[in-house]
Amino acid sequence: MKTAQHQAVITSQALRTAAIEGLRRMAPSVLMKNPIMASVALGAVLTSVTAVVHATSGQPFAFAAHVSFWLWFTVWSSTTAESLAEGRGKARASALRGGQQNVQAVRIVNGIAEHVEATTLVQGDVIRCDAGSVIPVDGEVILGMAMVDESAITGESAPVLRAAGGDRSAVTGGTTVRSDSIDVRVVAAIGSGFVDRLIKLIEQAHRQPTPNERALQIVLLSLSSVFLVVVAAMPILMSYAGVPASATTGIVGLVALFVCLIPTTIGGLLPAIGIAGMDRLIARNVVALSGRAIEAAGDVDVLLLDKTGTITYGNRRAASLIPAHGVDYATLEKAVIMASVHDDTPEADSIRDLVPEPSWPSIVPTAATPIPFSAHSRISGTDVNTSEGTVSYRKGAVDAIVAASRAAGYTVDETLLACARDIARQGATPLLVSRQSVILGLVDLRDTVKPGIRERLQKLRSHGIRSIMITGDNPLTAAAIAAQAGVDDSMAEATPDDKLARIVAEQREGRLVAMIGDGTNDAPALAQADVGIAMVSGTQAAREAASMIDLDNDPTKILDVVDVGKQLLRTRGALTTFSIANDVSKYVAILPAMFVGMWPTLLPPERTAQLNVLGLSSPENAILAAVIFNALAIGLLVPLAMAGNREISGSPERTLRRNLLVYGLGGIVAPFPSITLIDMILQVLL
Amino acid sequence: MTDIASITFFLASVLIAAIPLGWWLHTILFAFPERGLLFRLDAWLSTLLVGKRDSGGHSWRQYLGGVLAFNLIGLLALFFMLLLQPLWARGLPAIPWHGALNIAASFVTNTNWQWYAGEVTLHPATQALGLGVQNFLSAACGLAVFAALTRSLMAWTHCGNLWDDVRRSIVFLLLPASLVLACVFVAQGIPQTIDAWMFHDASPQAQNVPLGPVASQVAIKQLGSNGGGFYNVNSSHPLENPTWVTNALQQWALLALPAACVIAFGMALKKPRHGAAIAAAMSVMFVAGAVVMAAGEGQFGSMEGKDVRIGTASSIIWAAATTSASNGSVNAMHSSLTPLAGAVAMANMATGEVIFGGIGSGMYGMVMYVVLTVFLCGLMIGRTPEYQGVKLTANVMWPVVVALLLPTFIIILLVCLAIMVPGASAAVSTTGPHALSEIIYAVLSAVGNNGSAFAGLAAGGPEWTSITTAGMLLGRFGVIVPVMMFAGRAAKAASHQQRSVQLSTEGPLFVTLLIGTIVLVGVLTAAPMFVLGPGADYLLQVVHQ
Repeated sequence: MKTAQHQAVITSQALRTAAIEGLRRMAPSVLMKNPIMASVALGAVLTSVTAVVHATSGQPFAFAAHVSFWLWFTVWSSTTAESLAEGRGKARASALRGGQQNVQAVRIVNGIAEHVEATTLVQGDVIRCDAGSVIPVDGEVILGMAMVDESAITGESAPVLRAAGGDRSAVTGGTTVRSDSIDVRVVAAIGSGFVDRLIKLIEQAHRQPTPNERALQIVLLSLSSVFLVVVAAMPILMSYAGVPASATTGIVGLVALFVCLIPTTIGGLLPAIGIAGMDRLIARNVVALSGRAIEAAGDVDVLLLDKTGTITYGNRRAASLIPAHGVDYATLEKAVIMASVHDDTPEADSIRDLVPEPSWPSIVPTAATPIPFSAHSRISGTDVNTSEGTVSYRKGAVDAIVAASRAAGYTVDETLLACARDIARQGATPLLVSRQSVILGLVDLRDTVKPGIRERLQKLRSHGIRSIMITGDNPLTAAAIAAQAGVDDSMAEATPDDKLARIVAEQREGRLVAMIGDGTNDAPALAQADVGIAMVSGTQAAREAASMIDLDNDPTKILDVVDVGKQLLRTRGALTTFSIANDVSKYVAILPAMFVGMWPTLLPPERTAQLNVLGLSSPENAILAAVIFNALAIGLLVPLAMAGNREISGSPERTLRRNLLVYGLGGIVAPFPSITLIDMILQVLL
Repeated sequence: MTDIASITFFLASVLIAAIPLGWWLHTILFAFPERGLLFRLDAWLSTLLVGKRDSGGHSWRQYLGGVLAFNLIGLLALFFMLLLQPLWARGLPAIPWHGALNIAASFVTNTNWQWYAGEVTLHPATQALGLGVQNFLSAACGLAVFAALTRSLMAWTHCGNLWDDVRRSIVFLLLPASLVLACVFVAQGIPQTIDAWMFHDASPQAQNVPLGPVASQVAIKQLGSNGGGFYNVNSSHPLENPTWVTNALQQWALLALPAACVIAFGMALKKPRHGAAIAAAMSVMFVAGAVVMAAGEGQFGSMEGKDVRIGTASSIIWAAATTSASNGSVNAMHSSLTPLAGAVAMANMATGEVIFGGIGSGMYGMVMYVVLTVFLCGLMIGRTPEYQGVKLTANVMWPVVVALLLPTFIIILLVCLAIMVPGASAAVSTTGPHALSEIIYAVLSAVGNNGSAFAGLAAGGPEWTSITTAGMLLGRFGVIVPVMMFAGRAAKAASHQQRSVQLSTEGPLFVTLLIGTIVLVGVLTAAPMFVLGPGADYLLQVVHQ
């Protein structure tokens, strides 16, 4: 699944499938949902009928036939774009569905196990899942614990622990038990479970239009209806001006003008843009439960970030080594590596990450005896047999090591102890390191900020988004981490209620809030937030309350989600601007072609021909060229609709300027040479 | 060159005066003092007029209901006054009912379209008590709607009080300003009398010259963007515009208050730079239009239809200003403008009268364009668009597109109707593209509530009075109703949270976008008419030269 990000935007196979699906979507019942394209189709019907009538009555019909063809092509481009956008989501959905087929289940009734088809399970049934079996439906573990492989859903290969009670009790249909056995109470029958909902969401051909899409549709439709009146008025105006009837002033010309004026580019690509936005999220393994949520993500003003997992790694890592007075750093490095030789805890790993490998002492493993950590001694280490005898390396809690050192008759460096107290006060953990009971220095173990997080938060700030770090730590620790990560604000010692209250307070000020969460106690906050992202490993309640679900359980996803939301909105804006700006040049091409014979008694034709500023070869070709440009624009802009509008890094204003230049000014200018070029080609071909 | 210099000088005089006037307008509409002399005077007047002092804020429905009822009563009163004029004004012809309705609608909607010759159709008392009163009330009504809209964007919980707005606009702005201006006009020789006629014995022919309260009428006609002249030929009549002083002052008064509305808007939103950006967009469009007009007149222009006292430059500035400002007074005949200049005059009206526009009405129309601009371009910054903290959802955008596109709709419909109805299309004075221009101009003028005439068209028949009556009423209230709906919805939707990253509504970029949007909407909807009318007229002129 993760490779989805690296896939080419459009493959030829996907294109072929989409092209066929696009034809199927030209059915009237489907087209009705897109009024702009429906009116193009209606126009195409009109011109086609005209072409047929002309052909059967022996009149010239080539012009009508050509226009009809390109109008149908316009509609087909739009429907193809839509199915192309949906293609990727479909692939993902069928992969999910793969895990669901023909599953048997073991149902426990009054303590007796019976084999049943999974499809017969109803809510409230209890099933037993042994190692190697697929959990058929969504449920809650009520007995036992097991390692569950959720890779079918999350793409995460390492099995996760699921156990009765607490935050880890939810299991999802389609996942596989890897070890042990659990009893699960069914919470959703097949067809209504989480995966089914995901599939439905991903597949959903018809999405509910988002608030902004609806507003845009209203503006575009109103413009279109005015254009309808403009075009309907043309025959009256033209007859008043004595324009002689011709192929270009008839129904075909009028339909062509109407289609060129209405915003077909954005009208045709609007659904594709929305679906592609959802796809970009799916490629990042986030499923949005509605298009509205993605749009809201682009508008977010405040991000609530859990410290643990999002900003920091969530476990204590060695941040620095501080040698005691008179001890050189290299000695301390050697000692601490020695003390951790057999230690495979994450803390020891982080110590090994901190000390560069060349500084490690050479050691024969068999010569080292591990002294394991015990809660009683609070010390661990290694005894190393050397030629001079056994040397003991120890690391452990400050008071334990100090006591041992004092017992051996050594004095303790008071500055080092003060330093240790200081570290403890910041919410971090000091570990003392000793060799032969002589204290050599300390390791500063603390929750460290993830690399790159500062830059990402900085980028969000350039978009006007404030970040608030939430942590259960004391204010001092919170402030230290907040300063390090560069968040705008932090909430220390925060309870779930505090979180909810903060969201409500921000919303009351008119700000949109996004948050990411996993535990049960996050559910109210997730529901209250404008964009709530639940991790798939989270509880059922949290997943129900959220508007998006992160399949990777990666809290930093929230930053991606905001990016995708903004990109979606920018793409929509760029294509709208382009679409409307285009109209000017289409007028310049079409109006002279229609008005060439105006006021025949007063104006000589060579005068009215001056209106043809583009120098197009004939009125028919002028109109046809405009229609062809209009049709091709949709196809040419499909990659933009699918890939989204790129941002000039960290500068929304510059992005706006670039977009205005490219799609606004470009939208006005680009059609002129294009239409002229198409006209030249037509001249050769026709 | 001199033309451009005069245009620049004229615009500068308007904009400089707009700052203190805008401040004053802001004071009486949005920051009315709660103690002191002004407050006591207003309270006393309020008690005198409606018997109580503070009637509280109106919801948008109440406010709109008030505006509509107020205008309906004014319409009926004026209609019957005109219909019954023969009962007390002997010697004047009876006005047909459709003509009376047309005049009533014309003055109630701040259009002042005149199918009749004022000095020989209306008694001075009708002019002063009927038309004059509506000149004040319709201007105040425009200001009131503007005020209500602005308040919805500045976090007021209600639209304000309609009666307060109308009273204060008239008493503290329109009346005193008109009074000062009228006094200057009288000093300059514009008649102000209750005598109806003056016998003028000049060789070789003796003649009766119609008189009346001209100076007072002219003052409010210019200030209130009304434009209805006392005399048929409006400010090209020597008694309505006798000296260069009156000409300059009238020209200035045309745009002074519409421009002041823009400044007041910026002050009210506490965003003077936003106000300045809107004023800049209007100025650029005004100057561009006037320069093209000057070029057109320079190429093929003649003195036909112009007063030699006034000259070409001032005629052009006036023509540009009066069509921009939805005023409609003239000091030259627009039908005699070259096709290019005539096309600019029409284009100014086709924008929906937002290049400064009518008093109040220009600004509320312009706000609709501002919202559309923000909606279309704002997405490209990566947020759903907002204006003044109002999220531009479907709910809010509906009224905006109706306010912007309904007039266009009506214009096209009425032009087609005028072409198809024989009685209407036969009323033109010529043939060919110029005749089409006459029709288009008349419809644009009515729907844009401008009121200026292209001249030539015989607009007194029932066909044309019906077309223009419908155009004026729909053009006025077809915009006011959605504007007030927008105000109501915006006030409800506003979070008044200013986002730090949003499409900036200040500076050159926004000015460009705003102009682009206005021009685009105008071009897209009016291009066919303009090519067949003035466009063909221009080609014809090229042929003949």
